[in-house]
Amino acid sequence: MTPLIEVRDLIKQFPGVRAVDGVSFTLGAGTCFGLLGPNGAGKTTTVEMIEGITPPTSGSVLYKGEPLGQRFKLEAGIQFQSTALQDFITVRENLRLFRSFYPRGMELDALIALCSLGEFLDRDARKLSGGQRQRLLLALALVNDPDILFLDEPTTGLDPQARRNFWDLVREIRARGKTILLTTHYMEEAYVLCDRIAIMDRGKIVAEAAPDALLKQHGCATLDEVFLKLTGHELKD
Amino acid sequence: MDLRRYLAVLHVRNLEFLRDRGTFGWNVALPLVLVLGIAFVFSGQGRPLFKVGVLAPPGVSAAVAAAPHLGDQYIQFIMVDDAATATTKVERHQLDMLIDVRDPTALRYWVNPSSPRGYALERMLDGGHPPGWERGAISGREVRYVDWLVPGILGMNMMFSCLFGVGYVIVRYRKSGYLKRLYATPLTAIEFLAAQVTSRLMLTLAITVVVFVATDLLLDFYMLGRWIDLLVITALGAISMISLGLLVASRVTSEELAGGLLNVLTWPMMLLSGVWFSMEGTPQVLQWAAQMLPLTHMLTGARAIMLDGKSLLDLWPQVAALTAISVGSLSLGAWWFRWRVD
Repeated sequence: MTPLIEVRDLIKQFPGVRAVDGVSFTLGAGTCFGLLGPNGAGKTTTVEMIEGITPPTSGSVLYKGEPLGQRFKLEAGIQFQSTALQDFITVRENLRLFRSFYPRGMELDALIALCSLGEFLDRDARKLSGGQRQRLLLALALVNDPDILFLDEPTTGLDPQARRNFWDLVREIRARGKTILLTTHYMEEAYVLCDRIAIMDRGKIVAEAAPDALLKQHGCATLDEVFLKLTGHELKD
Repeated sequence: MDLRRYLAVLHVRNLEFLRDRGTFGWNVALPLVLVLGIAFVFSGQGRPLFKVGVLAPPGVSAAVAAAPHLGDQYIQFIMVDDAATATTKVERHQLDMLIDVRDPTALRYWVNPSSPRGYALERMLDGGHPPGWERGAISGREVRYVDWLVPGILGMNMMFSCLFGVGYVIVRYRKSGYLKRLYATPLTAIEFLAAQVTSRLMLTLAITVVVFVATDLLLDFYMLGRWIDLLVITALGAISMISLGLLVASRVTSEELAGGLLNVLTWPMMLLSGVWFSMEGTPQVLQWAAQMLPLTHMLTGARAIMLDGKSLLDLWPQVAALTAISVGSLSLGAWWFRWRVD
């Protein structure tokens, strides 16, 4: 069966630094795949190459067996690590704008209910709290009812309660059969949400397996210990 | 091009502009205040052309004493008491002439030979009615300074609105990551850019028309040509300046750099495009430089329509220049456009 995403030997070279150094993996439909690593490990650069946002220095990305193209843009949902929206535009108007970009997608009422946006639909998006804003950005990523969803550090900066609420939302999306590629530097987040994890350090994948399998392989109690054992340094929050 | 996506981006951009009350208010208030203020400053019988100091007998006003010799129009007569102080003022060009009519049998005047106004006044004092010439009189409505200036002020406002309103905003979108988010959708660069151009054109034209009509109701501008021609040349000018703004914003990622580049465009237009004064008589090289600027062609066209009654056909060089600037800048800007910060 053709994997949904196939990443082959991705390299990204910036002047004086190799941010991503030969990353390869495949992503099957319906799974939640976590790219785990400290800040600066190359997670965002890797995922932005997979999304087609940043061109790789070398390597390739296939979506459903084909190079990235218009089909991928129509069927992918992306939540970037940081995204600004237009000033003075309400939550409802943002949802309508992004929905208009796609020929098919979710009904806005269902999306609003899924992401719990009903209370502040007519609020200027700049006036949302951190958690509310992340839910809006997730809704914008889901507006086309995507086959694959990219979540880049979606809970960074959120308080513990808002983070757990967001996890519940991601679990609900997973339950709908969506494929998710999540980048995070929170070990707990990767453990509770992902079926499979790739640990990245200094641009390379140093281990890849299911969370429990990783613990078992390395004889560790937590993913933090696995990371320390593999890289020799701690994963800092 | 997907019309639905284009219209959605256009709608949201219009909302963003209209809800930004500070920017919207400034775009309307600045030209309104400038046009009305300048009309007020230069209203009335017109500013006097000359200032003449008068040493007159006690109890006689300066105007009454001097009028038999110089007439009473376009000259401001100023009564002076002290001849020494007054001659110093002539020396410094603060007075164009000093006349002494205290003794009708010994009339005297002083001018500064290096003063052009003094020279003209001296000719007037000599008579101004050469023998053998018949005097003809022509009547007609006066073209006031405000009639000449109003296209300049509205054009200057449009220039700032078009260049900064598009250039600065796109750079802000890019820097904040909003363009990157849009790039992740099926929206194309042409759809996005076309919506930005259309939005700014609609809003700038609407504001300019409202300000022009409102001030015209108060000041009754000189208008010999057709309104539709004026609207077309204004729209062409706006498109050309929006296109220049897009070109500047096509890759720049810093608002400071964008501001500097936009100033490089706006200052020459402020100084050389004839906003405040005509470029006639200026060095040829400056006039050539002015022809490179879209505001020059828009103002030349607008004034020719308003003050000389020209049509768009008569103004084909200006129409061609504005079209060329628009097509060139838009094409280059769209080709060079980048969604993300590299």
